Amino acid sequence: MQSLSNRSKLVSNKKLSFMEKLYIPAILGGMLITFKHLFRKNNTLKYPEETKKFAPVYRGMHVLKRDEEGRENCTACGLCAVACPAEAITMTANEREKGEEGLYREEKYAETYEINMLRCIFCGLCEEACPKEAIFLTDRIVPTNFERGEFIYGKDRLVEKVDARIDISARQFTGKRKI
Amino acid sequence: MDGGLLIEKLILVVALFSITLLIAMYSTYLERKVAAWFQDRIGPDRAGKWGILQPLADGTKMFFKEDFIPLNSDKWLFILGPGIAMFTALMTGSVITWGPNFEAFGRTIVLQVADVNVGILFIMGFVSIGVYGIMIGGWASNNKYSLFGAIRASSQMISYELAMGVSVITIVMMSGSLSLRDIVDAQHGMGWFVFKQPVAFLIFFVCALAECNRAPFDLAECESELIGGYHTEYGSMKLGFFLFAEYINMFISSAVIASLFFGGYNFPGMDAFSGNTLAIIGTLAFFAKIFFFIFVFMWIRWTLPRFRYDQLMHLGWKKMIPIALVNLLITAVVIAAYNGWFNK
Repeated sequence: MQSLSNRSKLVSNKKLSFMEKLYIPAILGGMLITFKHLFRKNNTLKYPEETKKFAPVYRGMHVLKRDEEGRENCTACGLCAVACPAEAITMTANEREKGEEGLYREEKYAETYEINMLRCIFCGLCEEACPKEAIFLTDRIVPTNFERGEFIYGKDRLVEKVDARIDISARQFTGKRKI
Repeated sequence: MDGGLLIEKLILVVALFSITLLIAMYSTYLERKVAAWFQDRIGPDRAGKWGILQPLADGTKMFFKEDFIPLNSDKWLFILGPGIAMFTALMTGSVITWGPNFEAFGRTIVLQVADVNVGILFIMGFVSIGVYGIMIGGWASNNKYSLFGAIRASSQMISYELAMGVSVITIVMMSGSLSLRDIVDAQHGMGWFVFKQPVAFLIFFVCALAECNRAPFDLAECESELIGGYHTEYGSMKLGFFLFAEYINMFISSAVIASLFFGGYNFPGMDAFSGNTLAIIGTLAFFAKIFFFIFVFMWIRWTLPRFRYDQLMHLGWKKMIPIALVNLLITAVVIAAYNGWFNK
């Protein structure tokens, strides 16, 4: 029968030849292949001791950045929350008081800022939406937990510490955006 | 019987027992390592350097597990099963010649626990009793998977023992003796039977794989279909006995293959040595051959997929036995012609 698509293949019911029926050459061939694997480099990563280096564009746990003077970049504009397809981000805004200029860069800041890590799909749209270079995804992994409530990360765990900055240089688009 | 002989044999028995257990223990480690190497992995490396203490850790784990007996099982048969498997596995080592005679304390020490004049028959007999351990264990578990495993193991053993026996008969015809010592001595130097009887060797080797219930003939316990087969219901050290018996059988099978076809303790250029030097080198050569075959067993296991049950029976009854019989006939005719029996 003529094939319509010309892609079908005829099933071969070829009888095995005598040598093929012996199976011994095929078995020896298989054993040769496995023997070659004896001398291959192994692919094992000894996990707790060695960790795999992530790609520079890896999207892991978020960080809320501070500027060079240690002031929080975020102004609670809410663009990240709007951009978030998983609706994982919530925040409440507040006005900066006198004397808090060292804490917040702009007059408005996020009083609370929460990301639900169970909702988050780590798409990175918050990072793209942010006009203030405040939120970045890092190469850190969100640790596991037994409690669901523990996965709602507040500012205590999202904002980087002044004395322990998180390096996000690998994720910044070089030469195009400057803070 | 003098006291010296008694002490000598006692030491030999204890040494053989511990060496067998040690080798079986480290075979489990080697199996995991070899599997890992074949699959581009590292294998166990946490317990001690290179994971060298892994068998001890595994053994400790086995001992501290709950010794479980299923409610509907036949309690005594359930306990007897692994016992028989282990006992028969350990017994077969007694007739194997481990090395040339050793001279010490003014006596000739024979490195063989018992030079039974039907040695190879003794081994075949004990190996076939070994299947009772699996059968009883599988039956007593009162579990359909165990029963399937036991049925497969017994039918496989019966079908492959025939071809194995016939290939052994060819060797017996060539050496003119059933004693393993005489068979080994008949292959002096490089006159190994594998060169004269390659077909018999091939059949014996395949049957040995089947007798040990090892891949590609591990239908009795195939994890993917029968969840472990005859030892599905077993745990703790009873399971350990079954697994250990398998590795001991592998060791003994390697030793038998090495004795029957690869000259046992004979090695090329052995005439240059004599006395204790010969004994030591010969024993080492024998163990080198054994370890090589243990490696080949593992090599095959991690290369070939498992046979289907009907393929297994097909291979055993329709291929192995006819080939073995034809090989036997040809050997008989050649021996008869060589001895001039046709001219009488």
